[in-house]
Amino acid sequence: MGETVPGNLVPEWADLDPNTLREPVKSIEDKWKLVPAFLRVKGLVKQHIDSFNYFINVDIKNIVKANSRVTSDVDPLFYVKYMDVRVSKPNIEEGMNIVKETAPHECRLRDITYSAPIMVDVEYMRGDHRIFRRDIPIGRMPIMLRSSNCALSECRTHTELAKYNECPHDPGGYFIIKGQEKVILIQEQLSKNRMIVEEDKKGGLTCQVTSSTHEKKSRTNVTMKNGKYYLKHNTLTEDVAIGIVFKAMGVASDQEIVQMIGTEDRIMTSFAASLEECARLNVYTQTQALKYIGNKVRQKRYFDRGPKKTPVDEARDLLATTILAHVPVEKFNFKMKSIYLALMARRVIEAQGDTRTVDDRDYYGNKRLELAGSLISLLFEDLFKKFNSDLKKKADIILGKKGKVSQFDAVQYMQSSQDAITNGLEVAISTGNWTIKRFKMERQGVTQVLARLSYISALGMMTRVNSQFEKTRKVSGPRSLQPSQWGMVCPSDTPEGESCGLVKNLALMTHITTEVDPEPIIELAFNCGVEDINLLSGEELSNRDVFLVFLNGNIIGVTRDHKRVVRVFRAMRRNTVISGFVSIYTHYKHRCVYISSDGGRLCRPYIIVTNKRPAVMEDHINKLTRGLMAFDDFLYEGLVEYLDVNEENDSSIAMYEHEIIDKTTHMEIEPFTILGVCAGLIPYPHHNQSPRNTYQCAMGKQAMGTIGYNQRNRIDTLLYNLVYPHKPLVKTRPIELINFEHLPAGHNAMVAVMSYSGYDIEDAIIINKASLDRGYGRCIVYRNAKCSVKRYANQTSDRVQGPLMQVLEGGKHKPIWKHETLDSDGLAAVGTPVLPRQVLINKQMPTVTQLSYTDEQAGRQVEFRDTPVVHKGPGSIYVEKVMLSSDPDEFNLIKILLRQTRRPEIGDKFSSRHGQKGVTGLIVQQEDLPFSDQGLYPDMIMNPHGFPSRMTVGKLMELLGSKAAALEGKFNYGTAFGGTPVKEIMEELVRHGYNYQGKDILYSGTSGEALTGYIFFGPVYYQKLKHMVMDKMHARSRGPRAVLTRQPTEGRARDGGLRLGEMERDCLIGHGASMLLLERLMISSDAFDVDVCNSCGLLGYSGWCHYCRSSASVSSIRIPYACKLLFQELQSMNIVPRLRLENYCT
Amino acid sequence: METGRLTMEEFQLVNKTDGLTISSKKKNVKESKAAEASIANCKVEIIRMDPFEMEIDFIGFNISLVNAYRRIILAEVPTMAIEKVYMYNNTSIVQDEVLAHRLGLVPLKVDPRYFEFRNKEETEWGAQDSVKYSLNVRCSKNPKAAADETNPDILYLNRKVMSSSLKWIPLGNQTDIFQEANMQPLHQDILLAKMNSGHEINLEAFAVKGIGSDHAKFQPGLAWYRLLPEIELTREVEGEQADLLQKCFSPGVIDVVTTPGGRRLAKVNDTRNDACSRNVFQYDSIKDSVKLTRKTDHVIFFVESHSALKSYEILEEAVNIMIGKCSLLLAETDKLIESSAPS
Repeated sequence: MGETVPGNLVPEWADLDPNTLREPVKSIEDKWKLVPAFLRVKGLVKQHIDSFNYFINVDIKNIVKANSRVTSDVDPLFYVKYMDVRVSKPNIEEGMNIVKETAPHECRLRDITYSAPIMVDVEYMRGDHRIFRRDIPIGRMPIMLRSSNCALSECRTHTELAKYNECPHDPGGYFIIKGQEKVILIQEQLSKNRMIVEEDKKGGLTCQVTSSTHEKKSRTNVTMKNGKYYLKHNTLTEDVAIGIVFKAMGVASDQEIVQMIGTEDRIMTSFAASLEECARLNVYTQTQALKYIGNKVRQKRYFDRGPKKTPVDEARDLLATTILAHVPVEKFNFKMKSIYLALMARRVIEAQGDTRTVDDRDYYGNKRLELAGSLISLLFEDLFKKFNSDLKKKADIILGKKGKVSQFDAVQYMQSSQDAITNGLEVAISTGNWTIKRFKMERQGVTQVLARLSYISALGMMTRVNSQFEKTRKVSGPRSLQPSQWGMVCPSDTPEGESCGLVKNLALMTHITTEVDPEPIIELAFNCGVEDINLLSGEELSNRDVFLVFLNGNIIGVTRDHKRVVRVFRAMRRNTVISGFVSIYTHYKHRCVYISSDGGRLCRPYIIVTNKRPAVMEDHINKLTRGLMAFDDFLYEGLVEYLDVNEENDSSIAMYEHEIIDKTTHMEIEPFTILGVCAGLIPYPHHNQSPRNTYQCAMGKQAMGTIGYNQRNRIDTLLYNLVYPHKPLVKTRPIELINFEHLPAGHNAMVAVMSYSGYDIEDAIIINKASLDRGYGRCIVYRNAKCSVKRYANQTSDRVQGPLMQVLEGGKHKPIWKHETLDSDGLAAVGTPVLPRQVLINKQMPTVTQLSYTDEQAGRQVEFRDTPVVHKGPGSIYVEKVMLSSDPDEFNLIKILLRQTRRPEIGDKFSSRHGQKGVTGLIVQQEDLPFSDQGLYPDMIMNPHGFPSRMTVGKLMELLGSKAAALEGKFNYGTAFGGTPVKEIMEELVRHGYNYQGKDILYSGTSGEALTGYIFFGPVYYQKLKHMVMDKMHARSRGPRAVLTRQPTEGRARDGGLRLGEMERDCLIGHGASMLLLERLMISSDAFDVDVCNSCGLLGYSGWCHYCRSSASVSSIRIPYACKLLFQELQSMNIVPRLRLENYCT
Repeated sequence: METGRLTMEEFQLVNKTDGLTISSKKKNVKESKAAEASIANCKVEIIRMDPFEMEIDFIGFNISLVNAYRRIILAEVPTMAIEKVYMYNNTSIVQDEVLAHRLGLVPLKVDPRYFEFRNKEETEWGAQDSVKYSLNVRCSKNPKAAADETNPDILYLNRKVMSSSLKWIPLGNQTDIFQEANMQPLHQDILLAKMNSGHEINLEAFAVKGIGSDHAKFQPGLAWYRLLPEIELTREVEGEQADLLQKCFSPGVIDVVTTPGGRRLAKVNDTRNDACSRNVFQYDSIKDSVKLTRKTDHVIFFVESHSALKSYEILEEAVNIMIGKCSLLLAETDKLIESSAPS
């Protein structure tokens, strides 16, 4: 048992009295403290940062190494060799060769990209000299906030962060591109290089492998058709019999093929037909097979360079590099690949008649998550290749020139073409269009702007997982909650509607692995009894005594004692000999041991259980609380380990100590960690109907509150703040862990659950006016006005002018109304209220901005026209801040921060934390509201009809808990699967002389009498949602019209009309209200008087018919302008609409 | 005379006198007589009284009258509060509107009875209807602070702007009438804003007389009432049950007495202080032993002051307003009778 004892070799119970050993396992108090310890090490967005760090420090070097040589076809002497690459610290190039280090907030304010130069060391030939140069920039890499290269990564304390104007609770993990915060969403996809046996539409079985290497991506299928097996690949025009492929790979004899696939009777019989197929096609030798395949190769497009290859060579190349690209082939030794192919065939055969071996695509172990690092690495490799090929092209051109006027300096060229990489990365991140040429991959919507509505919305975005599935497809499989997602993906947090179930959120403790070097793992495998596949013939693979060993989808060997392999690997992992993120598990159905060390696997930590005892003891937790141990120490000492989805499903995991049985291998750290960040806010979520939790997850992101300690320094396009946010009285562990307490979004409102006034139907809520007077629900909306002062090609530039003055009677000057807000510099003065249509920035632009080549204009004074930035929208707005800076194009940038304070009004939306939203139905004077024996008046009244159908018992419990918490002067917990028990809460209430059910006697505020019903009355945490009436209200009597149709414009933003649509029109027709219809559709819309000639039926003009050249039968009628437009458009396509007029009154 | 009682049952309050409705005509006659009789029975008892809080019993009154006083206190008794703020400079992080809102909520010592309501159209700030304040603070580094000091309250001077910084500026002849001590904020330690070194607030504020229905800042205090609870034991409660019963009520409501026979019996002591939590209904064993009622004609009325007016002054003002309203109503009815009466 030596290996299974984790960490210290002397068991801790060795010197214990046997009697103490017999005691039942005590539950470890406070083992939840491991969760904050985990989060302290990992952070909430550690996946992003880890993956980016891996790219920037490791992967980028591999990429450059793999593409390190650039040569020229023209000059054999010429070469450029990249010796090393590194990404330095983020900085700003200010022009005039001034470069200074920067911090993220500066980039946000100045609309700059937060990026760092990529430096390379190169060795190259200039003329006949070999030159070595260090630190040559080849482009700029956007830097992820809080990554190893970020300025914030060195900050340890809040004060240090405050110096950079950064919020300590900001998770980082996003990029700043041109001042915009961009998140690269986690992309979920099927894992690469793994065999998946599936049933296709026709019921046939296929074994599919999507191979992916740095160079190639391809998909290979082995299918069965008419009892024969075929290889399907999209470089081949038709399916090739699998026997031929084996022969082409050099496994020419039928016996060898069968030995590799399997010598069991059942397998041999089903494979026989495939062997016959080869004979039928007259393919016996390798050359014949290669020729056969060569003729089936899909013709590549013409521009493919290089000498034409023979079909045999082409087929051999194809087999070596493209088909099953991830299986290594060295010097055309197809051994590994043929074994792999044989196994694919075997899997298909095995799956026949045994549907249990068919794999499940939606199983989460078959999924990999792609993170910012790997996505950028794909993009960077593509850009770097293009950069090199451009360099080569340039070298070819210059070196090919006869006479060689000047030497070709590669470094000079490299420095001048930095923009290719810089722009490539910048554009991809800012648009979200990921185009990778070498994989012919094009993906949209990879990035999103970080939602800064509230702290939770930003955090929620960082844990979001986007699925590659099409949203339009109505399949339920990938959308439904998979049991294997347990603990990895939040079961509640998914949007409703089209992307339901496709967009997911990570759970609290989920970690996503980054790649681990496979070499030492292979070595370890061979050292613990795995026999190298290359040393075996085919026969042993299907031996009943033997298990195949896979590493990252490739077969590395076989083993007789798979248990030992697994045991040794786990022991090594627990003793941190190999990385903790290497997973190993046995698949008994496949008779395989799978080892994974690839990136993108989901995993989460578990407490190790040995001999029915959890490894983490009370003592460890004590050390943790005293700060003597950190989470990593738990890993090093083998008390806790990471399990990925596959290994998790191979383990027996107990939830609590008392559930541990003989075969238990692990124990959960805390059950509430199966929820994500957003669902973590909900108190008592385990008592709610599940969709309610889902609704709250969506709504928590719309709640206003605080977005960060640096919120007052930000100049965002839109920012909502609560004036007096509260900490929730009933909090949860996740609330503490994610610092929601410090950046809260909501109020503890006294809520009376009763009916009042009838303005509370359909979830509407009644609000106490006095509470509003005292600041309840008061919020501040920040907006910005922005413009840049540009310079133009003809030496002119924009200018900002002071206010326009009018002269008053007394000879005094006073700015015109529009400019009343302006200071003498033409910018709105700080602190002034600005009314709609008043000017914020009085900018003027030259009328001519193009460079003219005639010197006609040269001497003339430059003329300007007004292009002011005006305050639009309802209500006055205050100027809070004016910022002057310059943007990356070195134009002056003016940003004005505007502020509006709003108090709740009828129609504003509020919601509790249980998916119970409602709009304000009525605002009531305090004296009209009911009050309790203690003189408490409610802040809000909620209709009790909200409860029976919603079944949000958690809200009832929250009310009780808050009430008790307020009376005790403490906070209660509503943590999922735990929290303060209702029984305790009731005792607290009774202790303070309140009814144990939380129901109080209330007196009517209007009649003064006691209400006959007892009212459920207490504080509930209410969120104010961003939907406010002020931003939505809209009406119009007259207003702008569209230019083309002369109909009223559409939409609130354009002060548009309210459309009388088809169905409304139908109603009017049904009522026979034809005059009303005429008024709505024409008179109030686009009535137009036209002259019609009754003899030719065409439209005339000012009483004259141009066609008839007379005014004899021209009469004037009124038609919709759109109708007139239609006639003219028809005429323009040679269709003549003619109008025939008759007397209306006959 | 039978007084109204509300029975507190497990799930609802029940008005037991409802069953005894008498036909309307008889009732009218009876009621007018009863009204006269009940006026005689009316009693007001002051239980507790200090400038901040008072507790007063209205016995024998109709609840709507008591409620009217409550409503008037909340909505119509005027006080002074800052209404207009002229912000000259505010470089603190507190937004102008928010600071103004906070200033408005500061209770002032100014006695509203010396002032008139301000005319809406008025543009000047008159001495008879407004009080002027100024707030002028500047935060700077504390030169005396130790080098390693981290507490911002010590590190900076004027870190916290308190209500005490509001300075009264007399308007017109106000110096002749008022003393400065009576014009300051009621509490000196209300935090208005926090500042950092270099921040400055410079403003002038004007307080006017207003009423609670206009804005909560004008509320003189809080008023509410409750009905006197009564507890009746319907059977003898003994031993452990008695202790349990005692625990179900507020302290001092139920006594457990030991009888000469050595039995421990529950006895109702003082029901007035019961919080009416009805927690007896938790226990099936004793829930039948009590009858919980509340007297509808015995109202315990509370006034809490958080303004310049003392608690009893608030009630006094409310009564005056009520009298004013009644005489207005009487005058109107008289006018109506006069005009409609054939002359």
